[in-house]
Amino acid sequence: MNAPAAPHKLIKGATGDWEVVIGMEIHAQVTSNSKLFSGASTAFGGEPNSHVSLVDAAMPGMLPVINEECVRQAVRTGLGLNAKINLRSVFDRKNYFYPDLPQGYQISQYKSPIVGEGEVELELDGGRSVTIGIERLHLEQDAGKLLHDQSPTMSYVDLNRSGVALMEIVSKPDIRDAEQAKAYVTKLRSILRYLGTCDGDMEKGSLRADVNVSVRKPGGPLGTRCEIKNMNSVNFIGQAIEYEARRQIDIIEDGGTIDQETRLFDPNKVETRSMRSKEEAHDYRYFPDPDLLPLEFSQAFVDDLKAQLPELPDAKRSRFITGFGLSSYDASVLVAERESAEFYETVLAGLADKARDGKLAANWVINELFGRLNKESMDIASSPVSAAQLGAIVDLIGEGTISGKIAKDLFEIVWQEGGDPRELVETRGMKQVTDLGAIEKVVDDIIAANPDKVEQAKAKPQLVGWFVGQVMKSSGGKANPQAVNDLLKSKLGI
Amino acid sequence: MTDLTSLTIAEARAGLASKSFTARELTDAHLAAIEAARVLNAYVLETPDRAREMAKAADEKIAKGEGGPLAGIPLGIKDLFATRDIRTTACSKILGNFIPPYESTVTTQLWRDGAVLLGKLNNDEFAMGSSNETSCFGPVTNPWRRDGSNTTLVPGGSSGGSASAVAAQLCMGATATDTGGSIRQPAAFTATVGIKPTYGRCSRWGIVAFASSLDQAGPIARSVRDAAILMRSMAGYDPRDTTSVDIAVPDYEAAIGKSVKGMKIGIPKEYRLDGMPAEIEKLWSEGAEWLKAAGAELVEVSLPHTKYALPAYYIVAPAEASSNLARYDGVRYGLREGAKNIIEMYENTRAEGFGAEVRRRVLIGTYVLSAGYYDAYYLRAQKVRTLIKKDFEDCFAKGVNAILTPATPSAAFGIGEKGADPVEMYLNDIFTVTVNMAGLPGIAVPAGKDTQGLPLGLQLIGRAFDEETLFSLGDIIEQAAGRFAPAKWW
Repeated sequence: MNAPAAPHKLIKGATGDWEVVIGMEIHAQVTSNSKLFSGASTAFGGEPNSHVSLVDAAMPGMLPVINEECVRQAVRTGLGLNAKINLRSVFDRKNYFYPDLPQGYQISQYKSPIVGEGEVELELDGGRSVTIGIERLHLEQDAGKLLHDQSPTMSYVDLNRSGVALMEIVSKPDIRDAEQAKAYVTKLRSILRYLGTCDGDMEKGSLRADVNVSVRKPGGPLGTRCEIKNMNSVNFIGQAIEYEARRQIDIIEDGGTIDQETRLFDPNKVETRSMRSKEEAHDYRYFPDPDLLPLEFSQAFVDDLKAQLPELPDAKRSRFITGFGLSSYDASVLVAERESAEFYETVLAGLADKARDGKLAANWVINELFGRLNKESMDIASSPVSAAQLGAIVDLIGEGTISGKIAKDLFEIVWQEGGDPRELVETRGMKQVTDLGAIEKVVDDIIAANPDKVEQAKAKPQLVGWFVGQVMKSSGGKANPQAVNDLLKSKLGI
Repeated sequence: MTDLTSLTIAEARAGLASKSFTARELTDAHLAAIEAARVLNAYVLETPDRAREMAKAADEKIAKGEGGPLAGIPLGIKDLFATRDIRTTACSKILGNFIPPYESTVTTQLWRDGAVLLGKLNNDEFAMGSSNETSCFGPVTNPWRRDGSNTTLVPGGSSGGSASAVAAQLCMGATATDTGGSIRQPAAFTATVGIKPTYGRCSRWGIVAFASSLDQAGPIARSVRDAAILMRSMAGYDPRDTTSVDIAVPDYEAAIGKSVKGMKIGIPKEYRLDGMPAEIEKLWSEGAEWLKAAGAELVEVSLPHTKYALPAYYIVAPAEASSNLARYDGVRYGLREGAKNIIEMYENTRAEGFGAEVRRRVLIGTYVLSAGYYDAYYLRAQKVRTLIKKDFEDCFAKGVNAILTPATPSAAFGIGEKGADPVEMYLNDIFTVTVNMAGLPGIAVPAGKDTQGLPLGLQLIGRAFDEETLFSLGDIIEQAAGRFAPAKWW
């Protein structure tokens, strides 16, 4: 049978191929000035317990009040995931004891989340794409943080994060391998950052993933899953899935069974370890929070947010391809990060002829600027070359004032010293020489000095390249290469 | 000047306005009365310095003609209300010496209007109880005694300190809270007037939570008019409590003396319990006749799901309580018992900090929310609650303006008399819990005495946010029955 090639990787086992089934719960910190149910600041990195309201500390008699901005952010995110927005949702209490949880319960959404089913499209290597279903998105409170290193005998609690709004985004078990999983997190992060609903900073814990992994024979019934908790790096997610899938396959092939459990990934040993079994799982005793009325808003509220949604990566990508002739790869590179896309768009906006130089600008942004930034371990926000400066360089190339080679020198000067590229070209005499008389003199001199090469070139026209090189060298790179080429060809009679 | 304590708020207001006495004199008279009545154990904290300071401020404002509606009126505050810089414990050991850096919305409004804080009043621990015997400060004594008896009686609960203090003239009025009858039952046991307003009428912000969907603050006072005066200051929308309702607070006092002619009063047949004491039955009929004589029409109504109310209440309230009380974990404030690890610290702290009744309800609540039991208990109880609400809605839809019932199934009982069987204690709330389950307003008004000379009360249940009708009708009963004060023995 000629089945179409599987769009995902299968894992070889002793008993044949295995398919991995992955579902993810992403916890994304909502970008907002204050917490989900209190007015305390969400700023990162304050002194311990400096951003704690009476509500966050669960003082007696304190009541939560929903932060409308967090609701708007969740709706925006839902719209960005092409998801169903629920005009009525309910906040529930998830009850458990832990010192970082002052109320003794987390306010979350259990049965009626604010956002229902949606989907995310992933572009994979080789032009393949796959759609991952979103099961739901709900709002919930973050917990505080325990500090174990402050005292030899005590643990301290920092409640700055307590009550900060999180969006839990639950995927359907549609992910089939580590590559897809990594692409899913990357794509989701990109969408959130475009929307401005989460800064996506995984190092600061703004985006964390719980990864559910099970294995099965292709097309067979679902296996028992294990949940790998609290992953905060895309690469770790990939490694953890590879390890966990292999672990489960080995157990099953050895005649064992998988126990449903929660596991932790150890990035040093690159392995997952059991954290707690299903039997040890908490009974959270969810019930509707009686301090909060159901969350209700109108379709007009949603429509208004929808109308103000920014252009998202998928749309931007296709606009770059069709509008400026970018390659699929280049367009993907540019839209992956909101800041990169914005930088490119700013360069575009300043160009004298976007249609002519849009693609050239993309090359310069990706190859020269990103390449250099990468090399220097800098990010785009700290780039010494601004979008306006880069745009001016591209303009100068596009209009024929400087050659690509000179442009690289110019880029280096702007990188090191700054300045207006157009002025630099003038003051430093970098302008391309298009005066045919001047070029002709150089050409004549070179031809006269190299009669043997002239003879060879007549037999082998490719040798014109050598002449071009000599002329450019002699002109300090400023001669217009096209003009040099044309002149040489006519003078050499080839 | 000791007779100052026997005045109603309305009378004191007039006396202060006419400069017959000062707020300071009024407050001093009450402070002296409190000191002389410590045997009642109504106050768990007296704040004489604060009281005199506030009275002085009130006098200054009155002199300038800027006195608010409660200028110089000395009040007691149930210890469930957070009072800034003043110890607030909910009468639980677990809060220890907790001193809140904030003031509840309801008390903030009382001080805004010029009221004077005399001290914090005793209550059942976390408002869980119907006799004020579960307080960590010990039981409150009812100033009422049976004719010719020295038996110490309970004032009811959970607002037992509030009711006892108001009845014994240790304050002119008191704040209270009502989750299943905690204002109305103690009011009935002490011949005071207590109203639980519509859920959402008063802000719950700064009130130690028992069961969030049922808790509501209200006043206890010595007359219907006084209750109306206090109610106006206590009520109002608060953006910090999203369950409070943003509608205007009427001038409740204006409802006193309003004609009730043509009003339909429902008499629910399901409230006629088997084995109900004849004197309660008699009182109920008498109350109905008084309202009829005032021009109201009596109609028999049916509230078919009444019998399920108490069991459903004792699922919903403990469920919410088990979660609301989870914050008392020894981590941030209040009691902390030493231990080897965190789990043991929780266990020791909560075992030591909570009394037996609170522990019982936390356990019940935890059980009914557990996986496998949630549907059978909590969810069914919520369905019952919806049906109870619908019973009332159907009744009001037929044009009924208010419903008249007994407030309690009996008069006050002795301390320790009903300790053994918790269900016997829970039955005290049989006429009152339905009102909380439906979120409606209910008022308890003294209506007579039993054969042993103990006060009995009647309850009027109103439409949502129509407390005014309850004040109008309550006034009729008060006019007919008269007001009652206990003979001073302390």
